[in-house]
Amino acid sequence: MIRRLRRITPFQYALVSGFTLLAAFMSLPIVFILNHAFKPQNELFLFPPRFFVQHPTLRNFESLFLHAANATVPFTRYLFNSLLVAGLTLVSVILVSTMAAYVLAKYDFHFKQLILSMITLSLMFAPETVGIPRYLIISGMRLNDTYFGHILPALASPIAVFMLVGFIAQIPGELIEAARIDGASHVGIFIRMVLPLSVPAIATISIFTFQGVWGDVETSTLFMQDETMRTLAFYVNSLVSGLQNNVSGQNMAAAAGLLMFIPNLIIFLLFQRKVLETMIHSGIK
Amino acid sequence: MNTELAPRAAETRRAPSGVRLRWNRFWTEMRRDAFCYLFLAPFLVCFVAFIVVPVVMAATLGFTSYDGFGKLRFIGFDNYIALFTQDIVFLTKALPNTFLFALIVGPGGYLLSFLFAWLIHQLPLRIRDYYTLAFYAPSMAGGVALSVVWIAAFSGDRVGYFNHFLLQMGWIDSPVVWLQDPKYLLKIMILVSLWISFSVGFLAMLAGLQTVNRELYEAGRIDGISNRLQEVFYITIPSMKPQMLFSAVMTIVGTLKAGSISTQLTGLPITPQYAGHLVINHIDDYAFIRFELGYASAVSVMLLLVSYFAMRFAYRLFGSKEEL
Repeated sequence: MIRRLRRITPFQYALVSGFTLLAAFMSLPIVFILNHAFKPQNELFLFPPRFFVQHPTLRNFESLFLHAANATVPFTRYLFNSLLVAGLTLVSVILVSTMAAYVLAKYDFHFKQLILSMITLSLMFAPETVGIPRYLIISGMRLNDTYFGHILPALASPIAVFMLVGFIAQIPGELIEAARIDGASHVGIFIRMVLPLSVPAIATISIFTFQGVWGDVETSTLFMQDETMRTLAFYVNSLVSGLQNNVSGQNMAAAAGLLMFIPNLIIFLLFQRKVLETMIHSGIK
Repeated sequence: MNTELAPRAAETRRAPSGVRLRWNRFWTEMRRDAFCYLFLAPFLVCFVAFIVVPVVMAATLGFTSYDGFGKLRFIGFDNYIALFTQDIVFLTKALPNTFLFALIVGPGGYLLSFLFAWLIHQLPLRIRDYYTLAFYAPSMAGGVALSVVWIAAFSGDRVGYFNHFLLQMGWIDSPVVWLQDPKYLLKIMILVSLWISFSVGFLAMLAGLQTVNRELYEAGRIDGISNRLQEVFYITIPSMKPQMLFSAVMTIVGTLKAGSISTQLTGLPITPQYAGHLVINHIDDYAFIRFELGYASAVSVMLLLVSYFAMRFAYRLFGSKEEL
């Protein structure tokens, strides 16, 4: 510790303190939402406005959950939908993308280059730009108002496959060769070797997939006409959209926003190290 | 796949034997690699259904007049002609707004990401994680969760935090209606978007910085590199090109698809006087409010083309070989 301190020059000292201030400034929205979510109703109208909460209360979360009493669709239904969709999507994206990435990274076959370049090209694809055809396809396949309508579009995740290909490519081919000589089947190799070895990359794509699905409003707005099939993100979005000239609902919306943020945060904190480990291998070369 | 290929095989029987031999080899190789295609199938099916086909459909719909219920009517390039000659909202609002927004948020956010990632990398290893989290957290929370923050911060009365701060400082005399005033809306959208722009690309850059070979700095110093800036330009960035490119692609996509931010800030699908109208809002307007799907598709094709060329440019800058 002391050795470390001695090496710090005045320049570095200034840099670190300035940078710390900047980092604190950048994380203000998070601090704010944390405080706002616990503010009782009367603190919202204080003048001058207070940044920090003075008498924290759980009333906002309570009224969020009890909103069931006077709403057509209870809060818990949105929560359930979100959890179910996020869980199922996560598992299927991991499985589907890892399978695809494994063969793309380790085997040579016809059309492989074509598929790879299409994946690289579609990294730039933003679902928002082609919302209309996607809507037509979803309703053509009769996926409106079903959980499949939530999950299947998310399975087409070029970013996940792209990152996994980069990561799996650096797993030594000899390992897989050896397993094949020992008589393991393709499925066996995939389940017992490729999946465990690519855990860091899987952790990374889990984070992005979860974030994407958990915060996705588009699917609920476009593909789900039945209110009972929509997700938490949609509900929070609709809570917030009525707030522009209305202060009184802000604390409840902040509480809902916090509920949106916490799962992301937990997952990210759990997997942060793995993320950086994966990113090293998945640049575009 | 079998049923589709069989008649073609019969056709080649009459053709010269070279073609037939090649075809046979191709076919046996396909069968040998059958498990590869099996493993790929689930992804590929979804990929084609939800990415390839929509893009192709958008390209086709762009040449039609379609309201979502009636019949498709092919009208050639009329949509595109109308877009560039008659659509005043597009030409005077959506296009300049998007241009300004993308130019600041895209390259600006990208440079800031690199700067902050580089600064974090200069810190001792033990405290890096906290800084990473501080910058990454807003983008992690996402637009929906944070919109309540922006609404409270930029609220139009004296209770709004930004107004209160400026009033205290004496920089303004009366509260400004930030979010409804066409003068300020776009600027606030840019500010907010920059705030949440430290996302995947930022993490990729952080990882890329770790891959740079430390010995290169040593070698560079011997070869006459004198300051940090030269180090960054001649050693750091060339060493982490793959991550820089990945990050650039992510930034381009993120910037061009941004559109929901204006709706989240104002609570209106169409912003006052089109002040925060971006191309994505224009598409949504025509597609889901006016139900002119053909015209909306033409606009989205234009947007896809722009993002394609932006990608080409990024590849030119950082790509190691000419792809795409």
